[in-house]
Amino acid sequence: MTEIFLDPTAELNPTAKPLLPRLSSLEGKTIGLLDIAKPRGDVFLDRIEALFSERGVNVKRYKKPTMTRVAPVAVKQQLALECDAVIEALAD
Amino acid sequence: MSTSKPDFIVVLKKDCPTCVLVEPVIAELDAAGRSLQVWSQDDPGFPATVSNVGDDRDLQHSWQLNIETVPTVIRMEDNTELERTVGWDRAEWLRIFDVDELAPDLPAFRPGCGSKSVEPGMPEKLALKYGDIKLQSRRIEIGGMEDPVESCYERGWSDGLPVVPPTEIRVVRMLAGTTREPDEVLGLVPPDLQSCTIEKVAINAVMAGCKPEYLPVVIAAVEASLIDEFCMHGLLATTWFSGPMVIVNGPIAKSIGMNSGGNALGQGNRANATIGRALQLVIRNVGGGKPGGVDRSTLGNPGKYTFCFAEDEDNSCWESLAEQRGFSDQQSTVTLFAADGVQGFADQKSREPESLCRSLASSLLSVGHRKFAMLSDAFVILVPEHQRIFADANWSKQQVLDRLTELTTRHGSELLGGVDGIAEGMPDFVKDMELSKFKPGGLNIVRAGGTAGLFSAIVGGWLASGDFGSSPVSKEIVL
Repeated sequence: MTEIFLDPTAELNPTAKPLLPRLSSLEGKTIGLLDIAKPRGDVFLDRIEALFSERGVNVKRYKKPTMTRVAPVAVKQQLALECDAVIEALAD
Repeated sequence: MSTSKPDFIVVLKKDCPTCVLVEPVIAELDAAGRSLQVWSQDDPGFPATVSNVGDDRDLQHSWQLNIETVPTVIRMEDNTELERTVGWDRAEWLRIFDVDELAPDLPAFRPGCGSKSVEPGMPEKLALKYGDIKLQSRRIEIGGMEDPVESCYERGWSDGLPVVPPTEIRVVRMLAGTTREPDEVLGLVPPDLQSCTIEKVAINAVMAGCKPEYLPVVIAAVEASLIDEFCMHGLLATTWFSGPMVIVNGPIAKSIGMNSGGNALGQGNRANATIGRALQLVIRNVGGGKPGGVDRSTLGNPGKYTFCFAEDEDNSCWESLAEQRGFSDQQSTVTLFAADGVQGFADQKSREPESLCRSLASSLLSVGHRKFAMLSDAFVILVPEHQRIFADANWSKQQVLDRLTELTTRHGSELLGGVDGIAEGMPDFVKDMELSKFKPGGLNIVRAGGTAGLFSAIVGGWLASGDFGSSPVSKEIVL
């Protein structure tokens, strides 16, 4: 069931949240690789990490405790604080 | 069911003993060939003994026919109502149906039951669905898995505290608090200078937690904030502390249960809390004024969540703030002031006006900076025990203000930068002037507070006052 709200604003902004600006270059940036804890996600991320490292891009690895739930707040905060962009691995 | 024009419309529900009681009467009239349209609110199979029963479980017909009681019998002619009767009153039914006898075994009278269309909350739902209420705001669909309150936070609509989700029903109920049309434009709200309708005010009033009867006060507060002299844009943008303080005068304060007594400036009263908050939410949501955006306040103050109270006009020995500003005691008004927080003022020893004025003047000097003069305005919120000292000596409010002006007047040379080893101070050109602390009219007194306690409040204001910045503004509250 959905609920309908009336927009309290002057409606200058779209109802959907815009995406953050994309990175124009990877130079000097830190890329987070988030393993959602699904099987073989690590295989994909290992390969991504190797490709980034060859190109001199900083990479940090993160992992959710379980794929069944959204990332814990602490993980999300860590990603926001430490990374310029995140690649999340779906897998199987 | 027939769509031809019936001579009689009967609205009923099975869950009404009187409706069940009159079923044989309606069946008898139906069998006699009377042109009947029956609308059943809860069971289209009821009454089974009548031929032309329509399903009104969605209550459209009940709402459009303005049914409050079932059974209701309406006599029609060419789709126009001639008369109606509610409940079972044999004499009335005999007259309306123009017959000599009806159900002689039944009692002469039984009252009806409430129509389902007037159950709590239902009129607003039906008005939205079938009425001519036209709300123009964008509809935002919230997913079933989303928490409504969280989704308001995520959209940036909150001042930091939870808001009441602005559903259509709540907004329609809120709009019942005013006679003004939802699409009436009040003005352009800074900083984005977006036009603000009564509807947008109502939506934000819902979110703030207002009751519908507070809406006229919120509307007046928004209107006042848009008066040019109040300088809402600059007030929002300043690095200084201030935000709008709302003082309510007149009969409406009591009607809606505002607090002008103990803890009037504090928490706990719904009207005080939510009216001030609604104004701030309008500035935030309609005007786009947000901390870190155009709101550049260095520290802000807790009053920027809400700062609203009523003046205690009972037993006051003086004219109210509104009367002083040209309104009658029968008019309800809001007055807005660009206010900082509350500075406590204690004087438990003075028993004479002169001593109390000296005491108060000494504290007033510290508004903004002790060396500043003619910059901030200020309000003194005088508590009853302090006011009594003036009342006992028959001092008028103006006498008090005049004395405070004298007592806060200093020689410019005392106020210059560098004096007393303090770099801050007034510019050199004032060195030969006599300067009162406040501009003419820049100091105001209102009465509020509990009956015990010789503790009044000084509320200083934005350093940019008067023509240079903000002046207090008043607006009559229109119901």
